[in-house]
Amino acid sequence: MIPAKFDYERAGSVDEALTMLAQHGDSAKILAGGHSLIPAMKLRLNQPGVLIDIGRIKELRYIKDGGDHVAIGAGATHDDILNSDHFGGGLEMWTEAAGMIGDPQVRHKGTLGGSIAHADPAADWPAVLLASDATIVVKGSGGQREIASSDFFTGFYMTDLQDGELILEIRVPKPPAGSKSSYQKFMQPASRFAIVGCAAVITMDGGSCSRARVGMTGVADGPYRATNVEDALTGKSLDEGAVESACADAAEGQSVMSDHFASEGYREHLARVYAKRAVMAAS
Amino acid sequence: MSVRIQVTINGQSREAEVEPRTLLVDFLREHLQLTGTHVGCDTSSCGACNILIDGQSAKSCTMLAAQVDGSEIITVEGLAQNGNLHPIQEGFKEEHGLQCGFCTPGMMMTAVDLLNHNPDPSESEIRHALEGNFCRCTGYHNIVRSVQYAAKKIRESKKEAVA
Amino acid sequence: MTYIGKSVKRVEDKRFITGKGNYTDDIVLPGMLHAFILRSPHAHARINSIDISEAEKAEGVVKIYTGKDIAESGVGGIPTGWQVNFKNGDTMKEPPHPILVTDKVLHVGDNIACVIAETKQQAKDASELIEVDYELLDAVSNPRDAAADGAPLVHDDAPNNICFDWELGNPKEEVDAALEGAHHITKLELRNQRVVPNAIEPRCAIGQYEDSTGKYTLYTTSQNPHLTRLLMTAFVLGIPEHKVRVVAPDVGGGFGSKIYHYAEEAMMIWASQRIGRPIKWTSDRSEAFMTDAHGRDHVTTAEMGFDKDGKIVGLRVNTHANLGAYLSTFAPAVPTWLHGTLLQGVYTTPKIHIDLVATFTHTTPVDAYRGAGRPEATYLLERLMDTAALEMDMDPTELRFKNFIPAFDGVEQEGYTTQVALQYDSGNYETVFKRALEMVDYDNFRKEQEEARKNGKYLGIGFSTYIEACGIAPSAVVGALGARAGLYEVGQVRVQPTGKVSVFTGAHSHGQGHETTFAQVVADRFGIPLEDVEIIHGDSDSVAFGMGTYGSRSLAVGGSAIVKSIDKIIEKGNKIAAHKLEASEDDIEFAEGKWTVKGTDKSIGFGDVALTAYVPHDYPEGVEPGLDFSSFYDPANFTYPNGAHIAVVEVDKDTGKVTLKRFIAVDDVGNVINPMIVDGQIHGGLAQGIGQALHEGAIYDDFGQLVNASYMDYTMPRADDLPSFEIDRIETPCPHNPLGVKGAGEAGAIGSTPAVVNAVMDALRPHGIKNLEMPLTPERVWQAMQS
Ligand SMILES: Cc1cc2nc3c(=O)[nH]c(=O)nc-3n(C[C@H](O)[C@H](O)[C@H](O)COP(=O)(O)OP(=O)(O)OC[C@H]3O[C@@H](n4cnc5c(N)ncnc54)[C@H](O)[C@@H]3O)c2cc1C
Ligand code: FES
Ligand code: FES
Repeated sequence: MIPAKFDYERAGSVDEALTMLAQHGDSAKILAGGHSLIPAMKLRLNQPGVLIDIGRIKELRYIKDGGDHVAIGAGATHDDILNSDHFGGGLEMWTEAAGMIGDPQVRHKGTLGGSIAHADPAADWPAVLLASDATIVVKGSGGQREIASSDFFTGFYMTDLQDGELILEIRVPKPPAGSKSSYQKFMQPASRFAIVGCAAVITMDGGSCSRARVGMTGVADGPYRATNVEDALTGKSLDEGAVESACADAAEGQSVMSDHFASEGYREHLARVYAKRAVMAAS
Repeated sequence: MSVRIQVTINGQSREAEVEPRTLLVDFLREHLQLTGTHVGCDTSSCGACNILIDGQSAKSCTMLAAQVDGSEIITVEGLAQNGNLHPIQEGFKEEHGLQCGFCTPGMMMTAVDLLNHNPDPSESEIRHALEGNFCRCTGYHNIVRSVQYAAKKIRESKKEAVA
Repeated sequence: MTYIGKSVKRVEDKRFITGKGNYTDDIVLPGMLHAFILRSPHAHARINSIDISEAEKAEGVVKIYTGKDIAESGVGGIPTGWQVNFKNGDTMKEPPHPILVTDKVLHVGDNIACVIAETKQQAKDASELIEVDYELLDAVSNPRDAAADGAPLVHDDAPNNICFDWELGNPKEEVDAALEGAHHITKLELRNQRVVPNAIEPRCAIGQYEDSTGKYTLYTTSQNPHLTRLLMTAFVLGIPEHKVRVVAPDVGGGFGSKIYHYAEEAMMIWASQRIGRPIKWTSDRSEAFMTDAHGRDHVTTAEMGFDKDGKIVGLRVNTHANLGAYLSTFAPAVPTWLHGTLLQGVYTTPKIHIDLVATFTHTTPVDAYRGAGRPEATYLLERLMDTAALEMDMDPTELRFKNFIPAFDGVEQEGYTTQVALQYDSGNYETVFKRALEMVDYDNFRKEQEEARKNGKYLGIGFSTYIEACGIAPSAVVGALGARAGLYEVGQVRVQPTGKVSVFTGAHSHGQGHETTFAQVVADRFGIPLEDVEIIHGDSDSVAFGMGTYGSRSLAVGGSAIVKSIDKIIEKGNKIAAHKLEASEDDIEFAEGKWTVKGTDKSIGFGDVALTAYVPHDYPEGVEPGLDFSSFYDPANFTYPNGAHIAVVEVDKDTGKVTLKRFIAVDDVGNVINPMIVDGQIHGGLAQGIGQALHEGAIYDDFGQLVNASYMDYTMPRADDLPSFEIDRIETPCPHNPLGVKGAGEAGAIGSTPAVVNAVMDALRPHGIKNLEMPLTPERVWQAMQS
């Protein structure tokens, strides 16, 4: 398996990367951890003219406490997140999800920025970002902008990222006190991507749920927030029966995917089961 | 176009000009004749190509040689030190952790990485850590034993060193 | 004995754990070129044209060959090594299997063109410039559908895609009558799905031709280099066998898939002779999925009749076996003589009949995969047993105890003659099963299961008491059954002047540890240190001949050949010793590395006799110098390993996901030379058998596309999918080979699959589910639980 020919440039800084991007235009692709891009290039499904390697840019690889939020550099790897102690107080699902991505070697190289830019409909992070109300900070020749995660993922391998834009940071607001979270995943057994992944953040206030965030991935052609589930949970005391009925329509309104591992009906069912499992684990 | 890279491999500095599309595993196998690192798949799944890059296990089939410029790499050929087998190598031999041997180098590199972080892993931690390494011969049973053997050996030698 | 029966650590390990293994793809020859094979993306299509003109101009390209070039050179196709006749006596259909196709592709991955360039990158780049104009045709992939009227034809001269039909056992009417009179009949529709062998080392071949000597060398990932040489020289290329050396160096697993002679091997040799430089081809994993011979793929209706006490009265089997698009080397033998003959199982079934139709389909060729035929037989028998127990409201263990063949050792008691053409060597089936039941603590399990059910948890237990036939074979028998080769083995033992021993075996180790096990046998028989023995295999220039390693035959057949040579050496040593010790040969005995005059302390050591043999100054008259013997061992019978496997599973009722909680295997593989290695063989087999039950399976769509041709789609069992195995052994020696061994390579893969499926069915009992198709994926199980 051999990629088609391309040119290679390594960027030392964000500005340098942006300049290179602007210079090469359409023919260029960003290379971060390479764990989505290189496999695709080996199969020649992707044949960029120039790769701009941002893998060494130190200013993109960090996880910091930003006061009311946690700031994650686009270049932070899954493994960085797995081993970080910033994800407590309702953000536990970040560590949980990180530990379920691929295998140790994929986690060592794959980055958060790369994963969300790639927007594989079966990737784990998108569900977590949605349940976190995370904001994605991007920069291009037109300057820097912030995109709400609910606007960022626009469909099957599609995002709101514009040509020449680079993801810089993912900002994760800290959930209110009394929050707990969980990420639960039913793996596609061969690839270990998500057939269904559910990220849930539940805030309890005096025995009832005051706030719920439920992000789903794998189910449909893109990740989504199961707002109907969130609404059904809010105000309830979360015993098993209540959660089960609140999660009954976790795939509602989605164009549910089907493949030889999971038919549409089965996926819909798994969406219910995993939404329930995540909510139960987070409450 | 070609890229100039410098890497330290098993303690030796190597420099080379490579085509940008040269995969790290091809660089190791074909440019440096370090054929202990294997290729078992084309989807980054099997781990036969695993090596250590700056101390972390990684799939050399899913990286470009250009990406590791300036890095420190250890391959299976660099595990034994001064003619002494690394405890993981001993473990695989003592516990019959290999049959055809094809998956073995990648398996061992993953295990070394695991033991560097977790000196006393449980069976389920070992199995989880090996999730990116396929073996078709052993059913993994003795690979788990091999890692346990190495873990014990490393712990004991550390104790001795302290005492 | 110093070594036999001990878990001696493997002598081959050091090179593997230090990264110094020598696999085919590691070999670099001076001036070596690289080949890329362009393959068909379609299952069935006519090729209107192939345009290589752009590709030929690409950088680094040396030559591009298409099927036309091969055909014009007069080279034949890939042959098959076994002939099975139709029931009416007509010979089977044996359509040509070209190295590169000319006018039609017959499966996804079929070989179209071979691009040879300076680097592998250039070969691949150029291949993308080849334009092939295809006219798509309908395809068929299911073996039963293929035989239906109107199904798309794979080969024009094989009507209804039938390669042959075949039957075995008692006359059909007798079996029909037995079932007619049965108190209860259990009937199952079964699919033993197609699996992909997936040795982790992909195939690789390097062809080298030296004009100055006229010699060819093929380095290849093969389980049997000599057979490859024979097939390639005599049947494909028509080049002189003695000018061809085939080397199978370290090989990274085979499981059957590397037995066969593949087109790429002949292609590399053929092209290297034309171009005058060595050429390497290495398979990608995606190519491996499309072109390594697959395994299994049977569609079966099986019926077993019982009397009111639960004794089996008859078995009727109707199977369609998929051969794929072309006949691979052993393909015709697998569903017939390696499958039908095992339908007796370990039971006293008095009447058995199998009807089988073998069909061509637009799929990758199917051949032997770990177990080969025997897993298919075991699967249907053992699924029938557990299902029958359920239907008759009996305990599945009780049903087995009622039907086991009583113990026999093959010495005092005669071998057991089956209804399906075999005579079992020795067996103690009941004891084996009892040991397994003890290990699982069966009575307790049923209580636990009851409790779990009350708490809404689905636990299940499944059994499998299997038998298989290994150590292929008596050549005369397999010859009569259609084998086009003998299936003996060759073992040469050369005692060097210093008393060190080189052993040349025709068996081939690709993970089985022959370099250790065989050395254990030799060292013990000679009474010398293990370090003094070297096992040499895999090179047709050093090893006289050989049939290779598959069918768990290496130790039983290859080991026995070595023992024969050892005996000859000891006998010759007797003569030399008698001369040196000035005693009569009758008074000489050999033990523990020395020849002794009986009843005295006069003796001469192994090394001294060896030296004398090579420096024959003071030497017996009429005895040739040297101490080097070669033997061909042709076994008297197959060997019959057997065992009892028990699986314990839990089914997640919300998702249908099956978790294998325990796996118990008690196997009787006869005498054991190296327990550690035998255990390892069992473990690996178990993982493959369990993989088939729960995870694996090639999926072809209606267009003949292999949907899951990558590790992202085809589920390989991983470390965290499996538990640690609980295994034990009963040793009933094989009475007819000198080592008493039966073979251990396939046992795990044969016994485990039905045990797991039976366990899942047991877990699902409250849902009234009796039969589900493998693999038991979460969705399949969950869907069944819904209805
Ligand atoms: C065997 C295997 C198993 C896997 N299993 C899982 C799994 O279970 N779950 C899961 O979610 N993922 C899985 N992955 C995917 C993995 O997480 C990837 O690492 C990740 O999707 C991409 O990150 P990367 O840094 O490697 O990106 P790259 O491959 O380098 O890039 C991916 C894409 O994102 C673009 N890009 C990268 N960084 C930026 C940036 N900062 N700004 C703008 N664009 C950018 C690139 O141009 C490219 O188009 C698996 C991958 C492999 C190989
Ligand atoms: S070869 Fe690298 S993961 Fe398989
Ligand atoms: S030892 Fe053969 S693949 Fe692991």
